[in-house]
Amino acid sequence: MKNQGPSLILLLAAAVLVAAPFGLKPYGIYLLSLWAVMTIAAIGLNLTLGYAGQISLAQASFVGIGAYAAALLTTHGWSLGSALLVAIVLCFATGWLLGYPALRVAHHYLAFVTLSFSTLVYLVLRNEEWLTKGVYGISGIPRPTLLGWSTKAPLDFYFFCLGALALTALGAWWLIRSPWGRAFTALRENPLRASSLGIDTRRYTLMAFAVGSALGGVAGTLYAPLVQFIEPNAFALGLSFNLLLMVIVGGAGRFFGPFLGAAVSVLLPEWLRFSEGLYLICYAVFVMVLLAFCPAGLLGLGERLRRSWPPSSKSAT
Amino acid sequence: MAAVLEVRDLSKAFGGIRAVDGVSFAVHEGEILGLIGPNGSGKSTLFNCILGQLAPSSGEVRVDGRPITGTRPCDLNRLGIGRTFQLLQVFPQLSLRENLLLAGQEHQGTMWSRLLGPADAGLSAAAERMLEFFRLRALADEPAGALSYGQQKLLDVAMAFMAGPRLVLLDEPAGGVNLTMLADLRERLRAINAAQKATFVVIEHNMDFVMSLCTRILVLAEGRIIAEGAPAEIRNDRRVIDAYLGH
Repeated sequence: MKNQGPSLILLLAAAVLVAAPFGLKPYGIYLLSLWAVMTIAAIGLNLTLGYAGQISLAQASFVGIGAYAAALLTTHGWSLGSALLVAIVLCFATGWLLGYPALRVAHHYLAFVTLSFSTLVYLVLRNEEWLTKGVYGISGIPRPTLLGWSTKAPLDFYFFCLGALALTALGAWWLIRSPWGRAFTALRENPLRASSLGIDTRRYTLMAFAVGSALGGVAGTLYAPLVQFIEPNAFALGLSFNLLLMVIVGGAGRFFGPFLGAAVSVLLPEWLRFSEGLYLICYAVFVMVLLAFCPAGLLGLGERLRRSWPPSSKSAT
Repeated sequence: MAAVLEVRDLSKAFGGIRAVDGVSFAVHEGEILGLIGPNGSGKSTLFNCILGQLAPSSGEVRVDGRPITGTRPCDLNRLGIGRTFQLLQVFPQLSLRENLLLAGQEHQGTMWSRLLGPADAGLSAAAERMLEFFRLRALADEPAGALSYGQQKLLDVAMAFMAGPRLVLLDEPAGGVNLTMLADLRERLRAINAAQKATFVVIEHNMDFVMSLCTRILVLAEGRIIAEGAPAEIRNDRRVIDAYLGH
């Protein structure tokens, strides 16, 4: 009785992702790599927002913290692996602290708290020149060599990012189907009942922020060697909104939502470039129409179509 | 016999209104205590003060002789105290099975062992037994929100028992449940009471239900206990009749 459909789609998607960069120009490969990196950040935000129901407008800050950690450490001779560890620990701890306001406020109030944090991080990146070189940014960020495999070429680095995405997705999948994922969902749906069932809502809220932020840091560590030049504006509020959009457009609280959402956000504007000056308008209209008619995002839309097709095959008893 | 739950001189004021006014009582192991009273007499407020959802203005609550006033609800639950709420509280998007797993998982191992361990926290068999016991087996994979009100109510009660609590406070378990299911619910509660020596405190407006289930009944009116006794005594108590009729 087991449905083979989903695993088949998954296999097909993996094959497409492996085959996609061949025959693409470096810019196309760059976009695919960017998609993989942004998906990792969006998976993190999906944990915090989609599953645990805690809104955050600061995900870009964690991408920024990760990117600067990677840039500063690897330009000083550290390996990307150790930079990754530093970024994860730093973002996990900062995310944990950022979770504290979420214990007191929710919804748009929490959005504002995270918004101010986002501004704070931006100001630190821009003004603390002794550390971050301010608006001049950091350039010459090296790409890593993995067990003798140099990822310097765009194609190699794409596969490096794809591998990182696969590992992240596997970890996130494990977490979501574990008791933690269930507790996160309980936190979102009914914290009062959750606490009466022994769920430590305080600890899980902080954990949801910390884990989501740590994944933002992972994305940042990959972003720095991908673009090889970073400056504070890349991690300003715009990226936070963009990541939020990815989660919601894809389908918040759905495992594959970030994958689709990031594809829409990274690739769609490029495909719309033929319309020249109109492409951002087309993109904006698409997002507005989607959210007006399907607030549950693309995956929600897919589920709705599947349920109505074939018409009335299943009736509840 | 030691009291499982002991409430001493508990009061809760909201501004000038004393919703609970100097209530004292004890519940013994294996007892099914009924808590009745007109609407607004302070029953749910009393529950919320006992269970840490509200901070009492004064007084003390002890479980097994240990003071628990001010303990967080999640910590109380892990001490073996379960509850249901007056209004239905299930997780509508999770399946019945997931709801039950969720209700038991925090009692299994530590936070880290739960992350690294199996997805069901080793509770699949227990959840299956609970589904069987409450005759919800056929619906195990449906989202809880798709169930009828009465079925959700059964699930709600089943969730309170998932962790094998020794003390359960049930706030109107019979509300909105049809007659057939009500008899069923009563039998389930009696069976758990007998098998696990679980102690219950039940708030209920359905008199037939409460009289046939409980061994002892407390009557609350305007925040105070006005009568206490076996169901037969309470049924004929003048003060109780007056309180309900509003004299």
